[in-house]
Amino acid sequence: MPAPRPAFSVLAVGDAIATREVRVTRDSLVRYAGASGDFNPIHYNDVFAVSVGLPGVIAHGMFTMGQAASVVEEWAGAGNVVDYQVRFSRPVPVPNPGEAIVSVTATVGALDEEAKTARIDLAVEVDGQKVLGKAQAVVACG
Amino acid sequence: MPVNAGAVGRMYGPYERYEVSRVKIREFADAVDARATEHRSVEAATAAGFKDLVAPDTFAAVIAQRSEFHVIVDPEVGVDFSKVVHAEERFTHHRPIVAGDVIETVIHIESVTQRAGISMVKTRAELKDATGAPVSTVASTLAVREDA
Repeated sequence: MPAPRPAFSVLAVGDAIATREVRVTRDSLVRYAGASGDFNPIHYNDVFAVSVGLPGVIAHGMFTMGQAASVVEEWAGAGNVVDYQVRFSRPVPVPNPGEAIVSVTATVGALDEEAKTARIDLAVEVDGQKVLGKAQAVVACG
Repeated sequence: MPVNAGAVGRMYGPYERYEVSRVKIREFADAVDARATEHRSVEAATAAGFKDLVAPDTFAAVIAQRSEFHVIVDPEVGVDFSKVVHAEERFTHHRPIVAGDVIETVIHIESVTQRAGISMVKTRAELKDATGAPVSTVASTLAVREDA
């Protein structure tokens, strides 16, 4: 299925390709819970979250990973990520009322001339602190 | 209680197959703010060369987590769900998931490692389509606290 792919030849390591500020509210988490089927109460119930030692409700790790993937997709086009990995290094508390602001910056981390793939490195932070570690997406280019 | 290291090598499934729907793809794309029109418009998706609406890059986790659940509730593995934190996730896509796919998943326990009161349980889900062709490999690591 040949989808449009980003052009390999114009890329250089270090290029910033996309950035986004994600505003996360309890509403975002309820929507993600429904869409994903992950109904762990730590993502919507403060009393439960505190009872298991968390500061309060936190975002699904997969929510944050998914939002970061969408930033890559905005540049890469749909369906062109062949490999994507993250470490969940720090939870993202989501206040109520209020919001958490997750900043996502995607840069070219490495290029594979033979495979025509670009490794996109993601810096994903809340208040200047990294929440995803080793966040890397490999994108098939044309 | 620590997670049972003897569970390494266990395999679960396949269970009921997962039918990928347009509605679920659109809903998931909205939830992760994936803005490509190929998640929403069949016309745009087919024009881009996909068979139908294409799923966002982390949609495979929706399918894989239904199988990971069977690992978590297996009493012989011994995971206390209230002490689980998601530590790592990795997708290797063999092809994009599209609406209409019927996905069969088998999950393997790859490793159980213990250090400093935490058990790290690594699983690997293999997603295949109705023809048996590989679609995605989803590797997931759960950190399970062992304290009382």
